[in-house]
Amino acid sequence: MAKIKVVHYINQFFAGIGGEEKADIPAELHKAEVIGPGMAFNTGFGDEAEIIATIICGDSYFNENIDAVKAEILGWVKELAPDLFIAGPAFNAGRYGVACGTIAAAVQEELGIKSMTGMYVENPGADMYKDKTYILETKDSAAGMRAAVKKMTAFALKYAKGEKIGASCEEGYMNQGIRVNFFEKERGSKRAVDMLIAKLNDKPFVTEYPMPDFDRVEPNPAVKDMAHATIALVTSGGIVPKGNPDHIESSSASKFGEYSLAGVTDLDADTFETAHGGYDPVYANEDADRVLPVDIMRELEKEGVIGKLHEKYYATVGNGTAVASAKKYGAEIGKRLVADGVDAVILTST
Amino acid sequence: MVKELERAGLPVVHVCTVTPISMTVGANRIVPAIAIPHPLGNPALDKDEEKKLRRKLVVKALGALQTEVDGQKVFED
Amino acid sequence: MRLEIGKINITDIRFAEESKIEKGILYVNPEDLKPVVLEDEKLVDVVFDIAKPGESVRITPVKDVIEPRVKVEGKGGIFPGVIAKVDTVGSGKTLALKGMAVVTAGRIVGFQEGIIDMTGVGAQYTPFSKTLNLCMVCEPAPDLKQHDYEKAVRMAGFRVATKIGELARGIEPDETCVYETLGIKEGIEKYPDLPRVGYVSMLQTQGLLHDTYVYGVDAKKIIPTIISPTEAMDGAIVSGNCVSACDKNPTYIHQNNPVIEDLFAQHGKTLNFVCQIITNENVYLADKERSSNMTAKLCRMLDLDGVIVTQEGFGNPDTDLIMNCKKIEAEGVKTVIVTDEYAGRDGKSQSLADADAAADAVVTGGNANEVVILPKLDKVIGMMDYVNKIAGASEDTLREDGTLEVELQVITGATNEMGFGLLSAR
Repeated sequence: MAKIKVVHYINQFFAGIGGEEKADIPAELHKAEVIGPGMAFNTGFGDEAEIIATIICGDSYFNENIDAVKAEILGWVKELAPDLFIAGPAFNAGRYGVACGTIAAAVQEELGIKSMTGMYVENPGADMYKDKTYILETKDSAAGMRAAVKKMTAFALKYAKGEKIGASCEEGYMNQGIRVNFFEKERGSKRAVDMLIAKLNDKPFVTEYPMPDFDRVEPNPAVKDMAHATIALVTSGGIVPKGNPDHIESSSASKFGEYSLAGVTDLDADTFETAHGGYDPVYANEDADRVLPVDIMRELEKEGVIGKLHEKYYATVGNGTAVASAKKYGAEIGKRLVADGVDAVILTST
Repeated sequence: MVKELERAGLPVVHVCTVTPISMTVGANRIVPAIAIPHPLGNPALDKDEEKKLRRKLVVKALGALQTEVDGQKVFED
Repeated sequence: MRLEIGKINITDIRFAEESKIEKGILYVNPEDLKPVVLEDEKLVDVVFDIAKPGESVRITPVKDVIEPRVKVEGKGGIFPGVIAKVDTVGSGKTLALKGMAVVTAGRIVGFQEGIIDMTGVGAQYTPFSKTLNLCMVCEPAPDLKQHDYEKAVRMAGFRVATKIGELARGIEPDETCVYETLGIKEGIEKYPDLPRVGYVSMLQTQGLLHDTYVYGVDAKKIIPTIISPTEAMDGAIVSGNCVSACDKNPTYIHQNNPVIEDLFAQHGKTLNFVCQIITNENVYLADKERSSNMTAKLCRMLDLDGVIVTQEGFGNPDTDLIMNCKKIEAEGVKTVIVTDEYAGRDGKSQSLADADAAADAVVTGGNANEVVILPKLDKVIGMMDYVNKIAGASEDTLREDGTLEVELQVITGATNEMGFGLLSAR
């Protein structure tokens, strides 16, 4: 049997080109080259499959030029006509995950070529694309590379050969929202008794059928009288006073910051910077208004368009921060804003 | 985070570049931004032009806050 | 209440001159059984046949599956209020013929009867491919009304199962299991530190061939009540159902209720199994409200800490399930619910007709809409006339090469909502 042909997509970091400062490089096609994690895949494939080309693209470039890059890459992949397209793994890198999901889904949908990727369950790309391509669940950092490659290699071979793909919990891909039958090891009644005992003892258990997602919050009524309203600024872009006094982590932030805007009319390079580690910080460090628009808010306040800019702003770092933490910070910030009599919030994200 | 602020009783407008993520995380009022590293700016423009651009976005965000919505809405141009 | 179940392992069924059980082999003379069936003039003929695991045999349309049992000590008899007098059962000693079942079949009543395949893909899904099946294919009198036909076959099955069960009287069981629940005060004194657990079983009671009987009472007319879990083992609950084959609870599964068995396995160890609460799934909203209110109230009055809730059927009973779950949780009693899914052939639709955030612990018997191809088998017990009509089939079910394209729905017990099987879905 002929070897299964694989095209591999990775970002600038895993290609060894560079970190955030290189996140704006355009897409490159490297025919007959195996780069970065592709080496481990190729070893794992043995005689059964091989990577015939590697596509590299900077994460920021991809996300900012989505339509153009997608078209370009799809053109290449169509030409190469592989049996399987693998993107990543992206672990918990948000923009990389979105890029992997976007391109893998597009290859599958528009070219009809089997595709897959891998990432951490909380990567935003996971929720966006898990129903459009197979996303194998990985650890949250590249420390989990070995395990991720092993898992993805096994799945890739099975998938490319056209073998029957079982339920998500058996195969290790993220549930696609499609119900797939399989045989458990214990009968249902035993599983129910075990689940009840766990629930009674406040031990963790996993429901076999999560109820449809209810977690939508009803929008609050619009602001009626903007000219007398107090508006607060909140950002997940990590804008902090110069020196990052609270030492907010650049990724997986364990806290949020509350900072005064009293007397501040414009954020500049001498007074504010970003603590966010997930995007090129140069532009925000030059002028933090590009993330947190204090200058404009002050103008509008002076002109009477808004009643008042709230005297404190809140910042956290969205990069790799667990959903549960973000939720906690949001709740706490919301509580403080309400207590301070704020009427509405502008939340900016990078 | 955006959902928790809304849950606290505050109307929130989410200004962000990758709006599908915003949809996924459950924001109700969404205003598309310029680019990831500079959502409310564009270093390619000169200072005044850039400020005009930012002002346009902020005004649009305030407009979204003054608009009643009954679910998720992306405020496109 | 304390009930001993003596298990007699049946290793083969053979037709013979003399009906008897000897060295684990059930010998049956069909001529002994025929009069038992035909004593009801609504049935004009019956053909007995035997289906064994692994044989190239398909049984269809299947109505009910019953395990023969006989009561040898204690009050009452098997199928109280239906066959035996209405004495309270569930204590003393009962003998059960294990590894076999009586399967009733015959021309369809409605269109919700099932298929049991003894080999091939279908055999993986039905629990009754693993039992030696004594099948009885009944022929109704001409122009018999559906309700009368259903009742006639149902009752004939119980009479035959009872007659065979009687053959076990006096035989030494291969194994004996003891099941005992305590009174409320006794239980608290004996297991002061164990969580108090109940089992809420929802019985299909939608009328028109969708009914269940408790001590002979049509369960749609009951207000939820408490029974000892051992009562069902003596046949206090019987099926009169022709709901979709995959998730109806045949009488056999009430007798061998897996939730009851698995709760007993933990009884006195990790939990105190207090009782079974039976409720119904009626077609009126007021009934649904009343029954779920009562069920939740009983859980509270019994000071239960947790319950397992099992369902039967799908569609509007999903609402009963969710109402029960929500209201019981609201009383501070933790729930695990057992159901199955109708997520469409592609698995993409919402699985249940109703949903609530309180239902955070769900066990599923799988997606009943999944399509499988059943092979052509050598022999059919019953008739193939209806394979295109039963629920889960379509007009294209019977294909040119003799194979059947069906949803799991048609297979008896495939997605059982008492957790009888291994099938699940994610």
